[in-house]
Amino acid sequence: MNPAQSNYGWGLPVAASTYADKIDRSLLILHAAMAAIFVLWAVYMAYCLVRYRKENSPKAVYSHKSTLASYTPDVLIFIFEVWLIFIVGVPIWAHIREELPAPEDATVIRVVAEQFAWLAHYPGPDGKFGRMAPSLVDYAIPLGLDPQDPDAGDDVASVNEIRVPLGRPVLVTLTARDVIHSFFVPEFRTKQDAVPGMENSIWFEPVMAGRFEIGCAQLCGLGHYRMRGDIFVLPEDEYAAWMAGEQAGRRP
Amino acid sequence: MTAAVHREESFIGKWIFSRDHKVIGLQYMFTSLVFLLIGFSLILLIRWQLAYPGRPIPFIGDLLPDSLAPGGIMMPDFYNSLGAMHGTIMIFLGIVPLGVGAFGNYFLPLQIGAKDMAFPTLNMSSYWVYFVGGVLMLSSFVLPGGAARAGWTSYVPLSVISSGQTTWLLAMTFLITSSLLGAINFIVTTLNLRAPGLTWSRLPLFVWAQFVTGLILLFAFPVLQAGAVLQLLDRVAQTSFYMPQGLIISGELSQRGGGGNALLWQHLFWFLAHPEVYVLLLPPMGIVAEILANGTRKPIFGYKEVAGSFCFIAVLSFMVWAHHMFVSGLKTSLSYLFMTTTMTISIPSIAILTCYLLSLRNASIRYTVPMLFTLAFLPMFGIGGLTGLPLGFTPTDVYLHDTYYVIGHFHYVVVTGTLIALFGGIYYWFPKMFGRSMNMFWGKVHFWGTIVLMNLIFFPMFIQGLAGVQRRLYDPTVQLHNLTVQPTNVLMSYASWGLLLFQVPFIVNFFWSIFKGARSEENPWQATTLEWACPSPPLPHVNFEKVPTVHRGPYEYSVPGREADFWPQNEEN
Repeated sequence: MNPAQSNYGWGLPVAASTYADKIDRSLLILHAAMAAIFVLWAVYMAYCLVRYRKENSPKAVYSHKSTLASYTPDVLIFIFEVWLIFIVGVPIWAHIREELPAPEDATVIRVVAEQFAWLAHYPGPDGKFGRMAPSLVDYAIPLGLDPQDPDAGDDVASVNEIRVPLGRPVLVTLTARDVIHSFFVPEFRTKQDAVPGMENSIWFEPVMAGRFEIGCAQLCGLGHYRMRGDIFVLPEDEYAAWMAGEQAGRRP
Repeated sequence: MTAAVHREESFIGKWIFSRDHKVIGLQYMFTSLVFLLIGFSLILLIRWQLAYPGRPIPFIGDLLPDSLAPGGIMMPDFYNSLGAMHGTIMIFLGIVPLGVGAFGNYFLPLQIGAKDMAFPTLNMSSYWVYFVGGVLMLSSFVLPGGAARAGWTSYVPLSVISSGQTTWLLAMTFLITSSLLGAINFIVTTLNLRAPGLTWSRLPLFVWAQFVTGLILLFAFPVLQAGAVLQLLDRVAQTSFYMPQGLIISGELSQRGGGGNALLWQHLFWFLAHPEVYVLLLPPMGIVAEILANGTRKPIFGYKEVAGSFCFIAVLSFMVWAHHMFVSGLKTSLSYLFMTTTMTISIPSIAILTCYLLSLRNASIRYTVPMLFTLAFLPMFGIGGLTGLPLGFTPTDVYLHDTYYVIGHFHYVVVTGTLIALFGGIYYWFPKMFGRSMNMFWGKVHFWGTIVLMNLIFFPMFIQGLAGVQRRLYDPTVQLHNLTVQPTNVLMSYASWGLLLFQVPFIVNFFWSIFKGARSEENPWQATTLEWACPSPPLPHVNFEKVPTVHRGPYEYSVPGREADFWPQNEEN
């Protein structure tokens, strides 16, 4: 059974990347705090609405007491937010957005988004991406790889399917060639806009094998809803076999 | 009495091209209510598609042209148009003109004891510019190219290459101009036309809210105006302000010069559009203060704290815009700044809510219809505000960004918050505007139906968002991860159609009461602020029989040692 689909419920999708748990914990902290604040408000308000209705309280009291004490919720929430931002938030954000893995330790993939597909580009065994040129793009070469470029010879390209090995971080360089798209994998708790003219790098490290859906999270035109792809997380040996197969198919 | 009162005016001079702030306020009110209904109707079509993707729309489907919905089945392009126009109409043609244009125009001069706005002709032009912009926006459905379909946010490059966008940009130019003219008028009026004795610390909170809103509009809108002009140039003059080099659109290499930046639009847009949220929110917060003081029969808790928080919000609202761009490719280290400012802006909002809640203590609460709406505003806006926290907090925003969680968040703020308070304002000030009051039984029916159904529509959005359902999907069932929460879409859709049904009592009540409602006296709610010191409806062009003098603060209810439990601002002793 595929974990990606079996664990879907009314709550969050299964946490399938190394940092998904951290994000889920933040979500939990925040929603617990929100629920607590809301319940306190609601209980207080419900009490007032009954206790001070006209029938129970025919005359209002003109003055207000304890003006200073009214700052208590503001101060408490401010302290909570400072703790949340600087103790909880900053380390997680730095971890997921700024601590990119070194390319030699990671599976490096370039993803080019277009209306309405995800084009994946692997550098192959030489670790070098071949040159892409916009003028070379056509149906046979969706990425526009330059066949004359020696670095391109071992490159692997695929459409709407991304294969990655388990146990190693994946470094994705994202861009788009027409409009803005957004690379969203719910189980990995990762999302990054793919912006034409820009290269944005993100990383994630899957913790389980399986098939995970890539959705587009930024309105990109009439096919936005069907712009989907799949990430297949494979055990290391299966991934190596696939990559070898791609290489073999290319060079008879 | 001045001669102006007796001057005979033609119908056109009195009701169409009027310079009287009250007529202009009513024009804004009727127009914006119509636009609210139109904007709401658009989303009802979307709700059908979301609940039953790909099935022909019943009843209405046959009436739609084949280019939009062949066989009654909505096309993706039409879906995107409906979504973009729903957002645009609700915000720029519905809520802002109702909260600022209608209530601001009608009641700001009355509450400060003025005869009119500072610039009556400017006021009239601001309405008519808005009207032209609104009609143009709406007519885009039938103009060649159709309605805009790149979202109400109009992100480039999609908007530059989508049809219908030129009309949207032109219409927006009118709407922005209208708002700017109005903002200048509100600011100058508040600064210069206050009645004798009406110091800043005696100003009703509604006036504070409108004044601060005017400042926000004045500083934020020119930026969007400029941004929209650049986008228009990108569309019609093939410039590349927002278009980077080497775009390949539908397999064709773009021949534009390039060199533009796609994120520039987002910066310019959100620099307006985040302050805009507070433009939507502050006037209703002012209305809530008025009704709350009146319905609790006691002064608002922390008057200065609330007024100060309005100002603090206004300043901070210009420093948070990039929280809409945490996953856009904005430099990640910049996010720390915007996360901090965003979390900070929650503090004044919480301060305001705390003051309002504490106002209930030791009160003598009257459960009138306006008060019901006001009381509902407090927890509902609370949910809207609280759910903003996980979106302003970058680690959780990465997951929730562009999901239904965001939609749920801002609908709780703008609909169950703002719109509910505006409804309360209509019931509260109706007797002043028309000299008659609305039916309270049907007001209660409207209230309960509306508040329950709104929650049934918007609360499931949080569940969908947490499950990872993206926004703006024509058919969510195409993606596997959306399937488990699909049943909530059916519930939400039925709730939304029910919500339409529960607006019927309001619409009928509103028009029936204008002509047949129970006659109302000058001050039916026994309120303290100046608008209740003039006849209902106020005298054309001069409002007050004589200019009132203000002796005290705005919310002197239940003052010890006095027999009446309210002490109007203009009463001498």
